Formats: sequence, C-alpha cells, structure tokens
Amino acid sequence: MNCEEAIKLMDGYLDGELDPITSQAIEQHLRDCARCDQAYKTHGSLIHAIGNATPYFKASAELGERIQSSLREETTEYPVRNGVPGAQIQFHKRQPEPRSILSEIPWNWLGLAAAITLAAIIVLNVAPRLQRPEADRFLATQLIASHVRSLMANHLTDVASSDQHTVKPWLDAKLDFAPPVVDLSQKGLPLIGGRLDYLDNRPVAALIYQRRQHFINLFVWPAGSDTARSTKAMARQGYQLLHWEDSDFNYWAVSDINDKELQEFKQLFEDQIPHH
Amino acid sequence: MPRYDPNKIAMALPLKTADASQTEDFESDPKIVKFVVVKKREEQAKEEVTSFEEAMLPHLDAAHNLAKWLLRNEQDAQDVVQEAYLRAFRSFSGFHGTNGRAWLLTIVRNTSYTLLKKSHAIDLTTNFDEEIHATGHDSVSPATILEHSEDAQLIKEAMDELPAEFREILILRHQEGFSYKEIADIAQIPSGTVMSRLARARAKLKERLETRIGMEK
Repeated sequence: MNCEEAIKLMDGYLDGELDPITSQAIEQHLRDCARCDQAYKTHGSLIHAIGNATPYFKASAELGERIQSSLREETTEYPVRNGVPGAQIQFHKRQPEPRSILSEIPWNWLGLAAAITLAAIIVLNVAPRLQRPEADRFLATQLIASHVRSLMANHLTDVASSDQHTVKPWLDAKLDFAPPVVDLSQKGLPLIGGRLDYLDNRPVAALIYQRRQHFINLFVWPAGSDTARSTKAMARQGYQLLHWEDSDFNYWAVSDINDKELQEFKQLFEDQIPHH
Repeated sequence: MPRYDPNKIAMALPLKTADASQTEDFESDPKIVKFVVVKKREEQAKEEVTSFEEAMLPHLDAAHNLAKWLLRNEQDAQDVVQEAYLRAFRSFSGFHGTNGRAWLLTIVRNTSYTLLKKSHAIDLTTNFDEEIHATGHDSVSPATILEHSEDAQLIKEAMDELPAEFREILILRHQEGFSYKEIADIAQIPSGTVMSRLARARAKLKERLETRIGMEK
C-alpha cells in the first residue's frame, strides 16, 4: 500500500469500518511510514476531540409534551389510520342462498363451535407468552425505570468520579459486596460515577459509563448460587438491555446505544476485570 | 407489539346509518354492534399510541439534535421533529425493524430536507472536488487545531458553515455512532460513498476550524 491509498482509507480505518485484510495493510504501512503514521495520529485525535466537543442539542421537555398531545389529537381525528385508504366496509344485502347444510344445524351449536375455536386460538397465542420467564420481564421493566429515572431526576451518580479508585471504595463501603469497577476511558467509555440502587429486592451497585452523548447504566449484584451462566440481550421501549454473569456477579447493562455497541461495552468491561 | 391487519380494522369501522339499515340480516342490534366496534377502535388506537411512544420517545433527543444541526434554528427544529413524529406514527405499523433510532432519524432527516428545500436554504448539489490533504502545508499547526478543538462555540460556528450533507454525516457518525451501513440507509446514499463523504466532511470542518483559528490570531 502506498501513502496515497493509506490516506484515502484512513477515515475508514479510524472508524473501524475496513475489512480485516485492508486494515492489516494499513497497519503495515503505518509501521513503515512515519509521515503517514503521524498524520493518522493527528487526524485520529482531532476527530476524537471534535466528536466530544460538538454540542448536543437535547429536546426540551415541552417538545416531548407537545408531541404526545399531537399524537393523541391525531388518533381522535383519524382513529383508523392503518386501513387501506378509502377502505369502507360494504354491507351488502345478503343474497338469498340455496339452503345449505349450515342452515339445518341449529345456530347455538355453531355458536358453541365458534366459542371453542376462539378459546383454542386464545390459548395457542397467549400460552407461549406466559411460559416466557415473567421474572426477567419484570426485572427488565425495573432496570429501564431505574435507568430512565437516573437520567431524568438529575441523580445519575451518588459519587461522581471518573476514577475507579474513588468509585470502588465508595461502593464497597455502602454495600455488602465489592463490585468490580474498571476504567474504560481509553476505549471511549469514560466512567462517570457510581450510584446505589435497589433492584430485585436488594441493594445493587450502578456504574455509569458514557458513550459519546449516551449513558450506560451497569447494574451489578452478586450472582446467586443456582444461576446458570448466560447472556441475554433484549430491546424494550427503545432501550437495549444486556445481561451476563461471571462466577461472582450478575450484570445488567441498560442504555439507548445500539446492541452492537452494548456488546462491545460488555466485552471491554470483561476484558478489564482482574481475573483470579 | 400488537400489529393489526388492515382487513380486520376495516371491520371495525363505524357503521353508517345507511349501512346500519342494511344490517337487518345480522342477529344483533346494530346499535350494540356499533357501540362495541367504536369502543374497540378507541382501545386499539390508545394501545397503538402507547407502543409507539415507548419505542420512539427515547430517541427524542437524537431527533431534535439532528434537526437542530440541519436547520440551524430552534423553532424550525421543533416543528420538524413534531412533524416527523406524526409521520413516523402514521407509518409505524409498517416498521418491523429493530433499529428504531435509525428509522426515526431517517424520517427526521427527510422532513428537515423538505423544509430546507422549500425555503431554498440549501444547495443540495454541493460539490467539493478539491483534493483532500490530510497532511502537510497547513497554515495552522495540527497542535493548534487540537488545542481549539474543545471549544464548543468554535466548532459550532465551523460546523454551521458546512453544507447540510456534511453536517448530517458528522452528526450521525460522531454523535450517534452509527455504522457506515446505517448512515448509508439514513442519508440514502450508497454504502460505498459514506467513507469518502465523511472524509471530505472532516477535512472541510478542519479547514473551517483552521480559518477561524487563523482569524482569531
């Protein structure tokens, strides 16, 4: 690869969007060419700094309310919006039909048959939902509520510090367990602080990380003895939730970043935990 | 999320008086049918608003931010976001994807462009043919730019001077963290051009910053 090609592909390389082979070729070139390497470093730190300093214009609470009321108005004005345009049901006079076998069966028997069919449909549709672990869904709702509340009520952190050596002792002192706290600022995920929360009928630690303008709440509490090590991802109400466990702890990460980024966060977090 | 079939909904339309007179073949009283139908429809509409809000209101800040950067005006941004939410709501039954934020921002983006075009506020065919020189012959040193790169006001002024398509791609990448593929979908450009447009946008932004820093000195 020559300098011209390397410069042309540099943005893709910085954004992690190149295929592995091209990335390797660029890496090789950067090792060989000090000039391009310098350009890469400057460009990278500039992009990073600009990304961080660009103001993010949050919506006012008033705009949210305006939208909600306009949606409600919309449904009263045009209550049926998803029908085929102009679709109006036509009630035609029933044509006199030739006597069929149906007309000889008493109506109440047909009614009973319909009721049985309906019951079967309900059971078939609803039953699988009931089998899904209710506990997880309830917990997910609690987690999202806690995440939203933390962002809403200006109570994101009890201890605001990007230093893991400040946050960890603070949490250790307040809880009956010592959650792992790692620093991911090198990976673009600065630690914002820690918070105490109450979930699943117990006090838990909440660690707050920032991904650009988005916050990640990571809830941590000791793993039960009977829990299988599993990873679960789900999306609810526009939030992403990711659950995993290690030998000591249960983790639930909640954020409005996308699933892929949340998985990356999990990976980075796990990589930084001191293994014993 | 409950989705309903248009045919089923059609059955839930109110019965017109003229129609009602033709329902004599139905064994039920048309008034009762009508009442039940109307109640059901209200419930469904309510349920749909709730599920839409749960899926889309978390992205309100992202929607507003994009609109604000595209339109450079708070009032326009608010109007566009409100309009975009209504449009999104109307086509929500057609949305089966998982990336609600990308879907909503596509609508916000299109609504913003409609307004921009209407007010002739942009030249959509911006052409930047000049070569990109990431290295060398800068009048302001990279260190100086880096020093100023945390100045939010300076960055805002420099951003506002860029064409809309550059502002858009920078916001989508730097603030929302979308992948090239997602950006291609939102901005409706071929995936292959995302990298080059992003590179040009960054180079242009850097150039605008340099000029501004140069003026300050």
